[in-house]
Amino acid sequence: MRLPRGGESVSGMNLPGDINLSMALCVWRRNFTVYRHTWVTNILPNFFEPVLFLVGMGLGLGVYVGGNMRGQDYVAFIAPGLMASAAMNGASFEASWNMYIKMYFSKLYDAYLATPAQMQDIAFGELLWGTTRALIYGAGFLVVLLGFTLAGRPILTSWWTLLVPLALALIGAIFSLMGQWYTTLINTIDLYSYYWTLFLTPMFLFSGIFFPVSDIPGGTTIAWFTPLFHGVELVRGLCQGPLELRHLGHTGYMLAVCALLLWAVPRRMRKRMVK
Amino acid sequence: MAPEPRLSQAAVTARSLRKSYKDFVAVDGIDFDIQRGECFGFLGPNGAGKTTTMRMVYRAVPVSGGSLVVLGHEAGRQTADREIKRAVGVVPQEDNLDGELSVRENLEIFCRFYGLSYREARNRSSELLEFVNLSEKANAKVMELSGGMKRRALIARGLAGSPQLLVLDEPTTGLDPQARHNLWERLFALKRKQATLLLTTHYMDEAEQLCDRLVIMDKGKIVAQGKPRELIEREVTRHVVEVWHGEAAAPALPSEMQPLTRRSEALSDRLLLYVDDGEAAIAAAARHWPNLETRLRRSTLEDVFLKITGRKLDE
Repeated sequence: MRLPRGGESVSGMNLPGDINLSMALCVWRRNFTVYRHTWVTNILPNFFEPVLFLVGMGLGLGVYVGGNMRGQDYVAFIAPGLMASAAMNGASFEASWNMYIKMYFSKLYDAYLATPAQMQDIAFGELLWGTTRALIYGAGFLVVLLGFTLAGRPILTSWWTLLVPLALALIGAIFSLMGQWYTTLINTIDLYSYYWTLFLTPMFLFSGIFFPVSDIPGGTTIAWFTPLFHGVELVRGLCQGPLELRHLGHTGYMLAVCALLLWAVPRRMRKRMVK
Repeated sequence: MAPEPRLSQAAVTARSLRKSYKDFVAVDGIDFDIQRGECFGFLGPNGAGKTTTMRMVYRAVPVSGGSLVVLGHEAGRQTADREIKRAVGVVPQEDNLDGELSVRENLEIFCRFYGLSYREARNRSSELLEFVNLSEKANAKVMELSGGMKRRALIARGLAGSPQLLVLDEPTTGLDPQARHNLWERLFALKRKQATLLLTTHYMDEAEQLCDRLVIMDKGKIVAQGKPRELIEREVTRHVVEVWHGEAAAPALPSEMQPLTRRSEALSDRLLLYVDDGEAAIAAAARHWPNLETRLRRSTLEDVFLKITGRKLDE
């Protein structure tokens, strides 16, 4: 064994905010390695869950709604929004419990901080991974929806569907960053219950997945402030058209929130972990 | 103040180094120089500030005051800190191996942080596993390892980046004697390769055996420093006579022993007599206290600590 050698400088691309991309990718790689070991327990549920929702809500409730959802089949109406919420859930799991455990219980970040990695690299790596996991969740959904479409349900009716993974990644990024931001605020892991029941669950219900938000008083105004609404609208537009100027607005909104959080969250993470 | 060190020589130079939290001073203005190729120790009780000092050296916590130069880089700026982190390996006190990965994967991921390619990381991990005698456990999960194995895995991980300086924070705390000796043997192997080692310990025998030079820390300050034997001979005598009185009151020092004894220290269950002529002193003690157990031993760093602070290391 050679020792000592050392001496090479830290290499790799530095992003704004002194985020080192190669360090971030190491964090991503670690998560991917863990995920690969457990793919049977991790990936398969991604196919069951959408099927359950589509069958339970779409086909079950859909019998009563019939074709009255703005002239649309109910399954077709809810499917794109459910796909967006699957991406939200995938990213949120990583940025909440999983990240908190690595910060304070398994002390994994302390181990990483002894390498050339800095906390902002680690936070960015977790963001990349959270986005990846959102993509995996969303892609599972997409495959199921493709099956429904081929079976005759009018769910994926636009070629713009090919761009859905980009929208899912954007949803993944925004919810990774919001989850991380919440993670920097709390002192006990139990407080995630608030994040889920008072933030994510209401968004799931009132972001236009199951009914158009414009149908409840003040619905559109409130929905405009929630990121999931923009994600749902974007995914629905891509899957089923017609794409309008407002879809650029939805995309711009999400990109702007991502940029803002990307500036703020890694800094906060660093303050939280390096004292 | 010590003269400015030559950058090529010193591995670590600290001047008036301080670390304070809101209402607590963990490290209170310490100076030390660590040369390349030496094994340098920080000895002291729990809470003395050793771990905080280590964490400043490997740039896990910011410095509150004073200056710290590690391997030629002034600590503090992000780019310098990254360079320091690149060149320093860390074996932490706490086991923070990745429980969701195998031992080999733990090492491979770490190698990647130091810029090794996939293939290089694989080869390096095999070398490291062999070096710490864990090749057979390469595919085991971390939770399947014993305490001593985990510590060896941590050493292997600390070496992943081929560091110029290896920091070990209490490397043998909590290990059974056999695992401890096994680990010492690995550290001696590193010393033979002229590695620069910086270690903390609250075991004086460990410090005496492993360290070329050391400092003794107490309550955030350095209270003594030097080579182990020199430090002992400078601060206390070469030998100690222990007079065990147990529960009974400590006996007074008889007049015939006074010229032999440089200094005495009364502990709860025994009297320590610091003497230059051990043979004469133990003979006199045995004569004088035929009913008490008397022992002659070499002075240790524990005696130095006791003299300086008035406390035992483990108190």
